[in-house]
Amino acid sequence: MSAPIVIVGAGQAAASFISRHVALGSPQPLLLIGDESHPPYQRPPLSKQYLLGELERERLFIRPLEWYAAQGVETRFDSSIVEIRRADKQVVSASGERIDYAKLILCTGSQARTLPSEIGGALPGVFTLRSIADIDHMAPEFQAGRKLLIIGGGYIGLEAAAVARQLGLEVTLLEVSDRILQRVAAAATSDYFRKLHRDHGVDLRESTRLARLYQADGRVAGAELESGEKIETDLVLVGIGGSPNTGLAAAAGLDCDNGICVNQICQTSDADIYAAGDCSSFERNGQRIRLESVQNAADQGDLIARVLAGENLTYTALPWFWSDQYDCKLQIVGLNHGYDLTVVRPGASDSSLSVWYYRGGKLLAIDSMNEPRSYAFGRKIIEGNINPAPQVVADPATDLKALAMGK
Amino acid sequence: MANITWKMADGSEISAAVKDGLNLMEAATANNVPHIEGECGGCLSCATCHVFVDPAWLAKTGEVDDIEDTMLEMTDVEREDNSRLSCQIIASPELDGLVLYVPEPE
Repeated sequence: MSAPIVIVGAGQAAASFISRHVALGSPQPLLLIGDESHPPYQRPPLSKQYLLGELERERLFIRPLEWYAAQGVETRFDSSIVEIRRADKQVVSASGERIDYAKLILCTGSQARTLPSEIGGALPGVFTLRSIADIDHMAPEFQAGRKLLIIGGGYIGLEAAAVARQLGLEVTLLEVSDRILQRVAAAATSDYFRKLHRDHGVDLRESTRLARLYQADGRVAGAELESGEKIETDLVLVGIGGSPNTGLAAAAGLDCDNGICVNQICQTSDADIYAAGDCSSFERNGQRIRLESVQNAADQGDLIARVLAGENLTYTALPWFWSDQYDCKLQIVGLNHGYDLTVVRPGASDSSLSVWYYRGGKLLAIDSMNEPRSYAFGRKIIEGNINPAPQVVADPATDLKALAMGK
Repeated sequence: MANITWKMADGSEISAAVKDGLNLMEAATANNVPHIEGECGGCLSCATCHVFVDPAWLAKTGEVDDIEDTMLEMTDVEREDNSRLSCQIIASPELDGLVLYVPEPE
């Protein structure tokens, strides 16, 4: 029997690859190997409905567990791969088993950054948020009246803050830079979410640096700030970004640079090995970038299946993202990297607006807060390369649908 | 429980008994219905679970709210009067026998 296509890592990218491979009727056998106990699942709801306790675990699964066997896909969960032997086209499992591959798809994802243990990062009661297991450990601690300290004002921290407030916890959030979402969004978007969280009772502090976490009775009990101030807490969530899981690829000598380097068809520096999702880095507009998003994982996984089936295409998909916090739906289309101008388009209500990003007069991206029209039509405007002038977008009288139709 | 039928453009069909409370995007991906992706998990951000509802069933499948109405502008295959995002249709006994038509892209 011929060697299978082996997929290492069982997340969104893997599920999308397998779904497309199956839908195309591609004949090569598949073997999916994942180090978690679950089939591929959606991560975005972890910090939202799943943490809130509103979604059963099985409903996170992208396809039901039985689906894989029904499609003839072999799966091994709770199973780690420790080495890639490129010369032999084999991967080696933790138990030492060598598994042949015809092609290898690396979907190894990313991991949450942690605080150094010297400043209390490893104390009991300190959590990160990345997997079902993380939430299953953390959720019982999310009890009304308890104090939660969140380190980091990115999307994970903000989403967890929203859930915690909804569950009745007292929430303090620390952001080291001068505004939340500083790395990923314009000031207008930061302003919107700062107000949203403060209106919901979060003690949100920017330009605030943690010195260390301290313990009492063997468990985290508080944080000391660089200013010397102390904040008591019952638990801590660290949301300071993620780093790509490149260890396996790097040890096998594959090119890595902030992720496993892939070309425009998601192929690594070894022609028989592809990489997709959070773990991969690729060139876009002359820069090597890495995206941690469902869109990127799904579209890259999908593309690899099509490429292996002989389709001639390259990865050019327009990025999109979303976040839900309280009653705000944030939808983002495009990539704002390198923006030099933003304009705010007022929305239909006080709680809705959109932020449009430009570079050198070219529209790059849009953040839409409770403003789905800006997202839906904005996407068509970007895809259609319509490039409306900033003052046109800022004018609430401008009909976005007409603009999207090129009128 | 509701028996739901998805009809494809090539004439093929998939039918499944769907548990109450599940949305019909989840039900479609679980049952391998082609062209239904649901990348955003049903939070109205991707418009990849577009279906046409058999007109006889439109009243029972409920109202299209403002967000869904806007997101229907993003579908691959252009919307029609009976377009829905299937993540917004929740299985219930009243939908037993529902027929959905799955748009074929391109």
